[in-house]
Amino acid sequence: MTFRKYLVLAGVTVFAAAGDSMLSHGMKQTGEISLHHLQSIILAVGNPWVAVGIVLLLAFFASYMNALSWADLTYVLPATSLGYVLLALVAKFALHEAVSPLRWLGIALITGGVGFVAGGPSLTSHEHSHPTTFDAASSEVTS
Amino acid sequence: MKHMYTWGAIVAVAFASVVGDILLARAMKQVGDVHELWKRSGLWTVVARTVGNPNFFMGLAAMAVGFFSLLFALSWGDVSLVAPAAASLTFIGNAFAAKIFLHEKVDHRRWMAAMLVAAGVALLAG
Repeated sequence: MTFRKYLVLAGVTVFAAAGDSMLSHGMKQTGEISLHHLQSIILAVGNPWVAVGIVLLLAFFASYMNALSWADLTYVLPATSLGYVLLALVAKFALHEAVSPLRWLGIALITGGVGFVAGGPSLTSHEHSHPTTFDAASSEVTS
Repeated sequence: MKHMYTWGAIVAVAFASVVGDILLARAMKQVGDVHELWKRSGLWTVVARTVGNPNFFMGLAAMAVGFFSLLFALSWGDVSLVAPAAASLTFIGNAFAAKIFLHEKVDHRRWMAAMLVAAGVALLAG
């Protein structure tokens, strides 16, 4: 893991958290979408919060694709889940919302989960598809 | 009735997200490490090879389905239920799907991470 790779994972985390919160704020302004008026979902994109949210989610997507090109899906997903913790901290310190003890426990669990994957390898080595010289040597010995 | 719509949309979001994640992860593994590729052949090659990958397009389509299901779910249910429920289901679904379809080595460490994150995300709704 290089500094650049950590930066990409941080990008995935921050862009997803910021994009999702803007989107949900915008959709609350737009109001309920009824199954009988599906065209209103297109109008929702005209809401500035939804529009900025979509731009941020595009930035998230680019960083996410970047991360998936060099790391396992089951590594990238937990590693970038700190975004939820970020959202809770923003709610507490920027928006002055109350964060209940259960939410703090949730934050602790997520942080623990991130710690679990961060200590392990980021990519599964598929020895079958890319035989190394070591594998070639050992199979010669057995045959 | 609205409750059923909300949960139906949540399950749809999770299912579409898992399908999308698996296809996109497979596409990017086929493209290869984008840092290396960028250094070797330039940004244009990275973009062309990504956009030209069929798995990438199918993954994108699945993500689009997931995105619109999320908009529906958010308009019916509270964000504090919809977002954590869909995310939790997606985390668990992805751990299974990545093991089966991508042959990733999901060891105890990764199972623990997926479970802890899924539980933590669910608790954040409280």
